[in-house]
Formats: sequence, C-alpha cells, structure tokens
Amino acid sequence: MGKKTVTFADDKTSENVEKSYEQAKRTTATEKRITDPIKNVEDKWQLLPAFLKVKGLVKQHIDSFNYFIETELKKIIRANDMITSDVDPSFWLKYLDIKVGPPERPDNDHEAHQSVFTPHECRLRDLTYSGNIYVDVEYVRGKTRVIRKDTIIGKLPIMLRSSKCVLSGKSESELAKMFECPLDPGGYFIIKGTEKVILIQEQLSKNRIIVEGDKKGLVQAYVTSSTHERKSKTYIVAKNDAKNDKIMLKHNSISEEIPIVIVMKAMGIQSDKEIAQLISGGNQTFLNMFSPNIEHAAKIKIFTQKQALDYIGSKVKVTRKIANVRRPMAEEALEILATVVLAHVPVVDLNFQPKVIYIAIMIRRVLMALANENLVDDRDYVGNKRLELAGSLLSLLFEDLFKKFNFDLKLNIDKLLKKPNRASEFDAHKQLMQHGDCITNGFVRAIATGNWSLKRFKMERAGITHVLSRLSYISALGTMTRITSQYEKTRKISGPRALQPSQWGMLCPADTPEGEACGLVKNLALMTHITTDDEEEPLRRLAFNLGVEDVSSLTGSELYQPNSYMVFLNGLMLGITQQPTGFVKDFRSLRRCGRISEFVSIYVNHHHMAVHIASDGGRVCRPLIIVESQIPKVTSEHIKKLKQDQMKFTDFLAQGLVEYLDVNEENDSNIAIYEREIVPQTTHLEIEPFTILGAVAGLIPYPHHNQSPRNTYQCAMGKQAIGAIAYNQLRRIDTLLYLMVYPQQPMVKTKTIELVGYDRLPAGQNAIVAVMSYSGYDIEDALVLNKASVDRGFGRCQVMRKHVALMKRYSNGSFDRIGDPPVATELQTGPSAERFSILEKDGIAGVGERVSPGQVIVNRHTPTNLNANIPINMPIANAPTIQFTWKHAPLSYKSPEPGYIDKVCITTTEQEQTLIKVLIRQTRIPELGDKFSSRHGQKGVCGIIVPQEDMPFADTGICPDIIMNPHGFPSRMTVGKMIELLAGKAGVLKGELQYGTAFGGSKVEDMSKILIECGYNYSGKDYVTSGITGEPLSAYIFFGPVYYQKLKHMVVDKMHARARGPRAVLTRQPTEGRSRDGGLRLGEMERDCLVGYGASMLLMERLMISSDQFDVHVCEKCGLLGYRGWCQHCKSSKFMVTMQMPYAAKLLFQELQSMNIVPKLILEEF
Amino acid sequence: MSGRRSTSERLEQLRTRVIIERDGTSSSDFPFHNSSRYPDLDPIAEFRKKLKVKIIRKAQYDMEFDLIGVNTAIANALRRIMISEVPTMAIEKVYIYDNTSIIQDEVFAHRLGLIPIKADPDMFYFKQENEGPTDMNTIVFKISHECHYNAKARDDETNPKNLYVGHNLLSASLIWDPKGEQAERFADNPIQSVHDDILIAQMRPGQRVELEAHCEKGIGKEHAKWSPVATASYRLMPEIILKEEITGDLADKFAACFTKGVVEVVQEEVNGEMIKKAKVVNPRIDTVSREVLRHKEFEDKVQLTRIRDHFIFTVESTGILDSERIFIDSIHIIQSKCARLLLALENKLRPPDKDENMMSVDT
Repeated sequence: MGKKTVTFADDKTSENVEKSYEQAKRTTATEKRITDPIKNVEDKWQLLPAFLKVKGLVKQHIDSFNYFIETELKKIIRANDMITSDVDPSFWLKYLDIKVGPPERPDNDHEAHQSVFTPHECRLRDLTYSGNIYVDVEYVRGKTRVIRKDTIIGKLPIMLRSSKCVLSGKSESELAKMFECPLDPGGYFIIKGTEKVILIQEQLSKNRIIVEGDKKGLVQAYVTSSTHERKSKTYIVAKNDAKNDKIMLKHNSISEEIPIVIVMKAMGIQSDKEIAQLISGGNQTFLNMFSPNIEHAAKIKIFTQKQALDYIGSKVKVTRKIANVRRPMAEEALEILATVVLAHVPVVDLNFQPKVIYIAIMIRRVLMALANENLVDDRDYVGNKRLELAGSLLSLLFEDLFKKFNFDLKLNIDKLLKKPNRASEFDAHKQLMQHGDCITNGFVRAIATGNWSLKRFKMERAGITHVLSRLSYISALGTMTRITSQYEKTRKISGPRALQPSQWGMLCPADTPEGEACGLVKNLALMTHITTDDEEEPLRRLAFNLGVEDVSSLTGSELYQPNSYMVFLNGLMLGITQQPTGFVKDFRSLRRCGRISEFVSIYVNHHHMAVHIASDGGRVCRPLIIVESQIPKVTSEHIKKLKQDQMKFTDFLAQGLVEYLDVNEENDSNIAIYEREIVPQTTHLEIEPFTILGAVAGLIPYPHHNQSPRNTYQCAMGKQAIGAIAYNQLRRIDTLLYLMVYPQQPMVKTKTIELVGYDRLPAGQNAIVAVMSYSGYDIEDALVLNKASVDRGFGRCQVMRKHVALMKRYSNGSFDRIGDPPVATELQTGPSAERFSILEKDGIAGVGERVSPGQVIVNRHTPTNLNANIPINMPIANAPTIQFTWKHAPLSYKSPEPGYIDKVCITTTEQEQTLIKVLIRQTRIPELGDKFSSRHGQKGVCGIIVPQEDMPFADTGICPDIIMNPHGFPSRMTVGKMIELLAGKAGVLKGELQYGTAFGGSKVEDMSKILIECGYNYSGKDYVTSGITGEPLSAYIFFGPVYYQKLKHMVVDKMHARARGPRAVLTRQPTEGRSRDGGLRLGEMERDCLVGYGASMLLMERLMISSDQFDVHVCEKCGLLGYRGWCQHCKSSKFMVTMQMPYAAKLLFQELQSMNIVPKLILEEF
Repeated sequence: MSGRRSTSERLEQLRTRVIIERDGTSSSDFPFHNSSRYPDLDPIAEFRKKLKVKIIRKAQYDMEFDLIGVNTAIANALRRIMISEVPTMAIEKVYIYDNTSIIQDEVFAHRLGLIPIKADPDMFYFKQENEGPTDMNTIVFKISHECHYNAKARDDETNPKNLYVGHNLLSASLIWDPKGEQAERFADNPIQSVHDDILIAQMRPGQRVELEAHCEKGIGKEHAKWSPVATASYRLMPEIILKEEITGDLADKFAACFTKGVVEVVQEEVNGEMIKKAKVVNPRIDTVSREVLRHKEFEDKVQLTRIRDHFIFTVESTGILDSERIFIDSIHIIQSKCARLLLALENKLRPPDKDENMMSVDT
C-alpha cells in the first residue's frame, strides 16, 4: 500500500465543500459593492467592559473554583460515599452532603477577635486563607442509625473573590475597610501568607480521537481516555509501507501490539463480513486497504471470540496482586477490553457494541489518513486542546485526599472494632474528626510547593503553582492569565511553539516569554472564557429529540451512508443524522434562546462526516455578535441601553444577540471583523478586534504599527515596570516591593488600559522626549536624563524590603526573646554603640529611623542551651524557676545602602509564635545605569544626567526630560512609538488624552491637524536650540511626550567590586557572587587570552597569588607533601623544600591520596 | 525682493539670519561657526550702539523682552545663569518629629523642598559646609498639622471637604519661625511660601504632621529647587520674506499657514480690480511651524528666516523673585564672572616673580 491518493465516494463531499467555498468567494466579490451603506454599530466595544464584569481575564479561575466547590465536590462525595468495615459487617458510614464554609481564623477561640477574617490578615500574619469542609454523615452507632451534620473533615484554601470569599460582592468602600484593593482581580490563594496562583495548564483534549502521521508513513490514531476511575491511552497503529501494512492496537496494559481484527473478534464480532461492513461501510477502497488484516487473522487461525480472547489474554501484562486468584487468561482479556482499553466508552453488561463501533471509527480514520495525508489531525490546533484550571486540579487533589482520608478512616475503624471490649460505645464520628489534618495539609502542601503528585491517577506534576508576582499591577495580572503547557522545555520542536492561526482571539499573539519557554507559555486574550463541565444527559436527550438515530440500532452499512453524518457528544458517538445542517441549526437556535448552556458548542466536520457536540470543561471560547441575513443582531439601540445600565451582558446572551463560540465552532463559522466586511455567508461579527491581544499586550499603544517581536519584548518588560501595585500597597508587607513615587497614567491610552485599570494603577511617567543624539553618552540605547526633571521627582521610586524575626519556641520549653536595648553606659562608644542606636525600648527599631548597614533591627536573644531537658510533666507553676541563659542573635540590616524603617508588624503565627516583620524603605533617585523603557520594547539605561541649562530647548522654552538616540529606530522599526509621541504631543496641546488602541486609536492625520492648529509642525519635529552653545540645531528634532517605565533593574542592586574579602572554606578561593561579596572571576576565555599573549606572570598572579596561594612542604625524594619541613613518608627532613601552589591543587593531591592514587611532585629549579 | 541676489547678500544673510528650510536650518550648532566672519568682536562703542533691550510684556512673575544686538553666547550665558546660578532660598533640611500621613518622610521632605519660599536671597549668606545654622543663613519653618473629623458634618456626608477638618495639608501651613533679628529684618515683608495653596499631603483623621524645615540659600546648579525660574528661554525673532506677492485665494491659504495675526489678507486695488493680497503684519508672534513650506504652491515664494541677534527672552519666575530682578541678577553674576576672569588673566600675565594666589577673588 504505497503512498497514493485514492478518490472514493466520500471524498466528493469535501470537494463540494471546496466548491461552495469557491462560490462563496465569488459572491463576496460581486454582491458587496463599495457603495453599499455600512451599518455600523456605534461603540460596540462597550460590550467589552460589560463582558469583563461577568467573565474574562481572571473570572475563569473564579468560575472554575466555584464550580469545584458547588458541583464537583458533591460529585466526588457521591462517587465515594460509603465506608464499610471488614470487621463488623453491620457497620457502615455514608456521606450525605458536603459543603465549604467561609474562611475562618485558625485561632478563632481568642475572644478578642470578633472581626471578619480577611485575606489581608492572612498576608500579614502568614496564615492560610481557608475555610472548613463540612460533611453530613449517616452511620451506625451501636444498633441505631445516626445522622450527624456539619462535621469538619479538613480545611480547603479559598480562592480570593470566589463565592466563599468574604470579598465577593463587596463594594469598593467595604473592600477598603478590609484593606483590599478593588482593582485586585482575585483568583489566587493565600497559603501561609504568600499569594499563590494555580496556573492554567494546557493539555491535549481527553476522550477525543487524534490521528497523527510521521514522515516514515506511520499513521496512528490514539485516544487518551479519562474517567473518574481510570486514565489510559489507546493507540491504533498502521504502517503505510509494503512490508507491514497491518493495523494493530497498542495499549500499555498489553505487552505487544494486537492485530485489530483479533480485538474486534474478542469483542464479539466474529463474522469477517460484519467487521468489513463496520469499517468500510461498502466502500471498496477501504475494503481493499483493510482486507489484509482480515486475512491475517484467518492465517493465524483465530476465528471465534474465545480464540481471540485467549490470544489477547496471553499478552496481557500481569498487574494483579498476588493475593488474587489467578483467573483464566480469556477472562483477564475480557476485563481489560471492557474496562481499560478505551476506558471512556462504557461497556454495560458486556455489551461491546459501542466500543466496537468506536474502534471501527478509529480504524476508518486511520485508513482515511493513509489514503490522504491531509486528513491527519494537528496536535497544536487550539480546538484539540483543553485548559485545566484551578478547579479541576483541586478536584483531582481532593479526590485523592478524600480517598486516602476514607482509607485511613476505615483502617482506624477496623482497628477499633477489632478490640474485644471497649470502654465506651464506638462512635465513628470521633474518628471522622481526628483525620482533618490529612486533607488540610494535603491542600496546603500541594499549593505551597506546586507539586501535584497523585499516585492514584499516575499524576506527577511540578510547578503547577506560582507565587503571584507583585512587582507591578500588570505583572500580577500577567500571572493570572498565564498558560503553561506540559511539553518539555528542552526539546527543540517548533510546532507547539509556533503561533497557531486558531489562537486568534483566544490566546494573545504577543505575550510570550523569550528563551526556552518561548511559545510554550502563553497568555489569554482579553475576551477569552474557559468552560466548565456541563451535564451530558440533557444534551443526549435533546439530540435524540432532534432526530438523531441511536447507534445501538445501526449496522456498519448504515453508519457510512453517503448522506448520513455521525453525531458525537464529547467524543462519544450518539448516532447518525441525515440532515446535519438542519440539526446543527436547530441545536444552535436552542442554545441561543437559552434552553441549553451557552457554552455548549456544536459544529460539523465535513471531512469526517461528523457533527460534534461538546460540553466538556476546559475549552476556550469567546463571545461574538451574531449576524443574521447580513445584519448584526446587536444594534446601536442595544448599546444605548447597555450604557444606561438597562441591559447587562447576560441579557445579550439571553436574547440571542451574542453567543460564545469555542475554537472548533469558530472554525465552522464565518466571522467578519468589521461591519463593512459582512457578506451573505457571514454568521458572526467580532466585538472588537483589539481583543485578540491580552491584558499585558493591551498596554502597548499602536501595537499594530510595531515590528512584532517588539510587542513581545514589551510584554516581558511591562511586568518589570515600577509603579503603583494596588490601592493597599502601603498596607502590604511583602518581601520586596517596588513603588513609584509619582506614577502617571499614560497620555496615550488604550481601551484595554481603561478596562484593566492600568490608568488607576499606572507604572510609568510621561516624559518629554527629544529624539536626537547628544553627548556620546547615549550610544547603545543609553538615555540622557535631565537633572532638573530628576530633581523634581522624575523616575523616583521606593524599594521596600521585609525583614522577619520569628520568636521560636523550643522543645525544652525555652524560647527566643527580645532583649532590651543595651544601656548606653555599658557599651563602649564607637561602632558597637552605633549598632544598637536605633532600637526603641521594646528592643525593636523605631518607625522612621534611618538604618545604616550592620545596625540591629530586632534585638533577639536565643537560649544558649536548646537540648537541656526539662521534665515535660513539670507543673507550669514551677516554670519560672528554670533559669535559661541567653545569647545575642539580633536581626541586623545587611544591605549596603541605608534605609528607613517604614513599618513594624508584631503578630503571632498559627503556632502561637511571635512574628516580627520590619519593613525597610529606600527611596531611590534615578542614577547612571538605571534601566528605563518605553512601551515598545525599547529599553535603555541612563547614560548621563545633564543639567537643565545644557539641555536643548524648544521655542516655547520646553526642554526634554529624556533624550533618546535616533539610532534606536531604524532597526527596531517601532513606528508605534513615533505615533505615540505624535498623539501624546497633540493630546498635551489639546488638553485631552489620546487613544492608541490596537487596530484603531487616534489617527496620525488628526494628530497632525491638532499640531498644526496649535502652531506646531505637522510632523512633530520642532526647531530646537542647543543649550550649550545657544545656537539653533541644524536639524528639527522629534519632540514630545512618550510614556516611560522605570524597570526594576537598578545599579545599586547590581554594582559590585572587591579588593579582598571572604574565601570559601574548602578551597580557600574567593567566594562567588555579589551576595557573598565574591571576587570577579578571570574565566576560561580570559585565561585563554592571557595564555595566547604569553603573559605568564600575570596568569600566575591572577590564578594563584590573588586567589588561593598556599605554602607547601614537598619532599624531593619521595615527591609527597610533608608538613613543617618533615616528610612523614621518608621520616626525614633532609630533602624538604617549600614551594607555593594553589590550595585547590594541594587539596586535589590529598583527595587523590585518599583514593589510593599517589601524585608525586618532581621538582626542578625554576 | 528680486529673484537673484548677489553672493555677498547671501553671505550677509547667512551671517545674520538662520534660514528655516523644510528639512533643517542653515545653522550649525558649532559655536561661532558663522561669526568667524566677524571682524573680531565689535568695538565697545559699536556694541553699545547696537545693543537694545525692549520690554514687551511685564507681569510680576512673567516677562518677555527683546535682547537685540548681542552675540548668541552672551544671550545663552544669561539664560543659563538665570536657570542655574541665580540664588534663592529653599527648604534644604527637614526635621520630622511626627509624620503619620501616608506621604513617607523622604518624599515629604522632597515636596517641601520644591515649594518656592518668598524670601530675598540677598539678605542671607550661603551656609558653608562647616557652619551651623544662624539667622543669617537659615530660615526656619514649622508645620504642626492634624486632621480631625468635622463634628458638624452630616451623617451621610461623603465629600472629604465637609467630612474632615484639615484633610489637605497646604503650603499655607508652613509657619515661619523668626530667629534672631529676622523678625525685625523682615518686618515689612514677612517670609512665607509664595503660594499658599500648594498641596503637600492629603490627610485623614488621626494623622499628624509635626516638623521643622530649614531653608538655605543655594543655586539651581545644585538642585532644581533653587532655580528661580520655571523656565527662562529665548527664541530668535522670526522673519517672513515674501519673494513674490501672494494674491487671491492663495493669500487666504497662506495666512492660514501661520499663527493667527502674523499674516493678514488685505484688499488692494490693482488695475482697478480689488485683489486679495497677503501681507506680513506681525512676524513676532509666529511659532515658525514651517507649515507654509509643506505646500508646493508657496515654493520659492516665501523664505522663513530668524534674526540671529534678536533674542526674544521669556522669563517665567517661580514667584520668589520678580522676573526682571532675575534678569538683572543674572547680569550681575555674569559681570562678576567676567571680573573674576579678567583678574585671573591679569594674574596670569603678570611676571612670574610675584607669587600670589591667582584665584584669590571672592565676591
């Protein structure tokens, strides 16, 4: 069966499709005339804020978590609701219901706390924001049945702003009372005081057939089955070469590949004719392709089900426990076929019919792909992907923990029931209460470390959670929309990394990191929503009501009738229909009137002659305006109502004006971007084209004028920009917090900026920029700053760093304490008195004090003896009599730059230990080497700060804040920056903000007009006078405001030099790295230069004298190292000489000696 | 003007004018490039004759004047001195006793520093590094401010203006604390901040600020807060040369290319017909947007130039000093600089036997 293109009857449909497409193209050209009036819906972008109110950006996290709490928890409970005892058959325990309570303080018994437990308290006190899991149980106590309600079985971390969170549905002023920022999106957890995000995980979709081929002609169809019980992967493999053209089934639990005909026979289809029917459906080409398989089965003499089962049974991998009695192989095979192979296809009462048809469809897909290479599936197609969110990951985790909990409970109950005589009546409720920590700790550990290791599901994943980055507001948003995929980052494959056309509108095309994770880590677009699971049963009934013929009543020949389309629901076949278009139309109209969930998608695949209905979770979808007979259903009237708050986004959905499409259905639709592009075939209209970008890329003004990598660079840099973080930023005590002193909202905004709230939490300043060369200190993208601007507060920022002292309690009853500040008279004056000078009477540094390096912040003492055992049962009254001795263990300030004490927080942790957090603030003025960037991926460091009088000035007397070298433009092609400058300048002159929204925004022509009206040159270039000579410059200078971000990389944090300093203990070489005051390494390449040059003495100095020179005593006779002029080997001092060598070399010799290798030194006069 | 001009005419124009072309000026920013054709510097008499200062507009803190007939270098030097070398008083040291507002101490101090303080700098000395504060080099201000709830506010009040008392800490709260003889010396014009409505911090009930701020004398070179001007700059006098008459509808278009009032369209009778004609009326107010050079129809009909030795100065004072005083101060400073230079030169040229410190000149 060499490579050949076969034409067969079915292919005609695809030809038809193409023909109709051609036709459509032609009609587009003719029917639409330029003179036709364009019916524009004004301000339809207003739908966007309305959408973001209910869905989008971070809402999918919250929706998914809510779904988990409200629906999935109950499902899991229902699936594992009974606990019985092996000891006492009359005992049982049944879970009736489960619910999650509001977040509660772990030490709620303190009566002092009457207030609500807020997330902010968790952040400050290093607590976990979690609520109790309550279950209702019914069980047997003695002889009676008891129902117990609201038993706590553990604690579940609560997602912020989810339905259980105290913040949900609160107004801005209520949030302010709880010290919470109204712009904070929520969707993360607080675990032991740190904010953790469960990243969105990208996966191939489960329970769907995917056909792939490779260059060697191997075609395989595979399905990853996933049910609550089991996860498995089944392959059907075919090789497209002359030697081996058999189709085989491959599965992990079967040791070798099984010919597919044998599998079908084992499933009870014994007649060859029936098999042939199921696969070819009367099509001669397929029959010819498949017939060798049938012949092969006959050749190895397998005809009946029994024979086939025996054949398979002999190949099954034995995984059974030894304890079980070995069953006949055939039975083993039958069970595997029924439950493990294609586990998601249900086999009820050994009725293999659905599974056989499923396999037949898979085989047919393989055959089709063999015949036509184009029919393989694209694994990177977004429609074949599912995004896993916090809810589904947590439900997996909960399922695992709950099963373990039940298992432990059962063991415990059994153990207790075994006891012959019990003091009190056995009450299972007590046992239930005792195991709470297992679930609580399981959740906390998984979210804190990000390791999801669930043995039950063979799941071993690391890096699921990230710390919510609070560098800037945008970086926090960025982590919330981030999607990671499970692909290995090291592999050099381009497919998954490439930009997929189907990503349009769903995933941001610009926002991806550079380097190894490029293209693997993605971000959601602005209007994306991710679905949650939906009930299948109503959909199944609906499909049958709409005229689908049930599979179970079909034979092979009916399956592949020329006009019949197969109908699938979530990958499982329901039946066939003769009128696919009508069916789909009816189905869609039912969805539009809200009879079924708006997130159910339905589409026709003409190549496979199939209609797919999907209601599973994790599909990406987005809303679009419905277009019917060339008229968008949303009119200006609706938008007016929306503006007046008479309509909400849900009303648009309910009235069938707007609907959600997932990627697959989008592919089945004809979507116009603008009204003017609507043609008769159009089914939908985009709400706004700029929504194809995400929240981070949405900050870029005029991104459609930039070279695309520049937008990507800006996406990475926007997250490093210093600015305002949240309205509660001054209440936060974070490890590291960067704040800008005077942040400004950008002159040139975008719609996205307003939607995400960047204008209220900006990170940057509008600098007046002159694009010109100045002084030579501006080469290689360096910037020239105006000293007067810097003096007046440009680029000023604050760095706050947290310093923590935990007052520990030790097992022997001793504990850390805070000592009084040493009395001045006791200390000798000088540096040591200076160290303690900022301490207040409580032994903690005072707020507002200036801290210099080395000064003590918290004067902590620790007990000297931690091991002395104090009798545990000693009465507490005696405790004061124990005398502890203490030693100094102060928390001191290490940074080389002085700072100021900003805040001191004294609190207790969950373990009743005193926790002292001290926030130290540094205010930083821009200096040489600080990094700045515009919003177009144009970063640069400050090269020189020039006094104002030296700066060039325009006729109006304005002199720039920043001078940027024009060489930054030609190769970068960031035209967007130039337009931003122009629009910014026009905005400043007119006194209004301008828009640089992607694919729209203020037009250059209008901007030029404003400039001319205001007496400026249309091009934005001004006549400028040099501040140094006073003469006008010979060129006109492009001059105007550009939004500049200060990035977190500042020289003070980086600069480093040392003359002498610490050395490593083992090698006595200088330490490495700035944090350890390390040396600067003369590396291999530098060494090569010196070797090449022949500077041997310099080499000697750099590599030995300045590093780890060591005097050794060597015995010239035996060549071994001696000690102090004595050779222990020769027992003599006669031949000893001293020489210098690196300590590392001496160490090497000794280590070799310890391995019984003797290095001998043979010395010569030098 | 006739179409052809002689070379000397062109050279003269290059010397005295900056020609504004579509893509650049005729200027080279290399100093004295064009003045190399000067027959040395003008003799002082001629200079005196040429030098003119015309005050165009004069408000207390804002003035515009023409400086005509000086070399660019001198005009620029004056501009630079006004920005960076005319001394003023500004808050330099802040002693914070209590600050519970949300503005951090450093930022608070920085904001205070930038508030213009109305005090005559001539009445003070520069504070030397090793010197303590005296009444001759330091002005002391105090702020003692607290925010309260307004007892009279209605219960449903949301406007902070009515809800709180003292929720805005303004520069008016800077209270001068006269030291030594300062009270007598400044009896006529007590020291205060120029504006009393500069917002320093927003406050909420329970927040308190108590501090002492010390003003010192300094110059803008050190820190922009000492600069007496918001900005001081000059532009060259624009000149619009019509090479041909522009008539008819073109005249309207021509006029529209300039700032309103620069070019007027006048009706003129030519051969018994009324014809619209463009006439340059007031080139001074033109912003030189070069709009006219964009249009093909005006090519070769108009030339834009700027007069090299006619400087239109704008001095915008921060309010500490009157704008004319700033200019006069700058002249004094340049004078003393010249005097110092002359003295130094003299010392240098003197025979070497007299061993003296050459730079021993103090102002």
